[in-house]
Amino acid sequence: MTTVTQLGSLKDYRPGGVQVIDDDPRNYVFSNIFDVANRSAPYERVAVGKNFEYLIECLRAEGTSDWYACAHDEFAVCMDGLVRVELLKLDDPDDAVDPGSTGGHKLSGAPKGKPMGWSKIKRGHMALLPVGSAYRFVADSPACMIIQTIQGPETIERWADICQTESL
Amino acid sequence: MDTKTLASGFEVKAADNETGYRSYKAGSFSFSRDGYFAYIDHPNGRHIMSIDAFLRALMRDVAWGFFYGTVNFDSVFGTTNYYGEVEMFAGLYNDAYTKAGRDYVERFKSEDLMKIFREMISDWTVDGYDPFAAPMETGSAWGPKAGNNDEAVERKRVTAKRMVGLPGDTPVRTDANGYSVNRMFADVDQSEPEVHAEPGFEAEVSAFNLFAYLSRSDVTWNPSVSSVVKASLFCPTSEEYILPIEHGNDRCEWFLQMSDEITWQIKDGKTGKPRAQVICRPGDICCMPADIRHQGYSPKRSMLLVWENASPEIPDLIREGKAPVVSVKV
Repeated sequence: MTTVTQLGSLKDYRPGGVQVIDDDPRNYVFSNIFDVANRSAPYERVAVGKNFEYLIECLRAEGTSDWYACAHDEFAVCMDGLVRVELLKLDDPDDAVDPGSTGGHKLSGAPKGKPMGWSKIKRGHMALLPVGSAYRFVADSPACMIIQTIQGPETIERWADICQTESL
Repeated sequence: MDTKTLASGFEVKAADNETGYRSYKAGSFSFSRDGYFAYIDHPNGRHIMSIDAFLRALMRDVAWGFFYGTVNFDSVFGTTNYYGEVEMFAGLYNDAYTKAGRDYVERFKSEDLMKIFREMISDWTVDGYDPFAAPMETGSAWGPKAGNNDEAVERKRVTAKRMVGLPGDTPVRTDANGYSVNRMFADVDQSEPEVHAEPGFEAEVSAFNLFAYLSRSDVTWNPSVSSVVKASLFCPTSEEYILPIEHGNDRCEWFLQMSDEITWQIKDGKTGKPRAQVICRPGDICCMPADIRHQGYSPKRSMLLVWENASPEIPDLIREGKAPVVSVKV
């Protein structure tokens, strides 16, 4: 038997949804990351999942991002397209971002540090964004990523705009 | 019985002369099986389940250490985790049973009940049957005692400490380490990311093919931890056929559908009354509220990212009624 694995993309996705019997669809905070990325500006960090302080952010990757740093590890998963992840070991991580803070922080200008290397991630690939480093993304054409992180200053929450509010 | 009093009285009985299977006792609950069925006897009645469904559910309860919240084996029998202690119940979360006064519950020290459950899954799983496998990929659970499959039932849940593939962490899956590509993911791209690390940074400049990793999973409905941000756990898993339990949430739990489609049937956590059906397709992300139970149906093997918050503070928040039922006010 030949089977075809269905994967989504920015150009080809077909959301499901909540079919209510006795409930409110908003309780399920239902959205689609490709839909969110299609409606986002490049590198906006839009929350699509929130569990206490923890987040899944959705990013539309397009062009070159600013540099970011974070006081804890983060992880990026490419869900469509191709993204180059560049890493730089910061000379003074605590100066770049408060060590007690959470989430990705946008850095002003080029950070000081030593190039660590880079990876190219495409659909289905996960990359470590290690604590103590700065990172930026480069995408020649639109791509979609999710970031496993914690709420930070760059997080955008627009739940009412992205989530299903009516039953299927 | 006062549910806060810990039950005792554990017993493993001799193998039955006809079936060859042992029977078990935990508190006032007794368990036995024959060729087709599992029987659960308790002071308020007897419950019967098809043995294959019972073993698939028992396997998850054992492998997940009673998991978060309630593991409903079906609409009647199950366990609720109190993190160190566990309640075993019949009909407790079934509106008809509770109204009729036919429900029954006892509380156990978790490790005591787990010991009995481990012995039961080992004795009752016959050679060739794998409770973790999709039905089309395993043999039969039926019939009299015929060997065992401890290699399958003693699998350990894979838990990365930081990220799969990092030095000293859980390795990526390959043919060489015994993980071949599943028949339903034969078309999944297996190429690994291009990674260029400067000297000295090889341990930090790291990426891996998560979809390929999932395409090589040898189990279904068994989330493994792939990456960790403090208490935030990405637990991706491959799913096929039906989630063997109705998972009753005690906290919010998120799902991101990475491939194919799962339909979730949602019922009220306490009464079992249907509340919703959630259809998830690639890219869909949603949250299970903390007061429901859910069961997924996956017609083709699919990739699902289960996202858990394993904060040790949450059990106390749940006990105090301070844990949110819904993650986000939309």
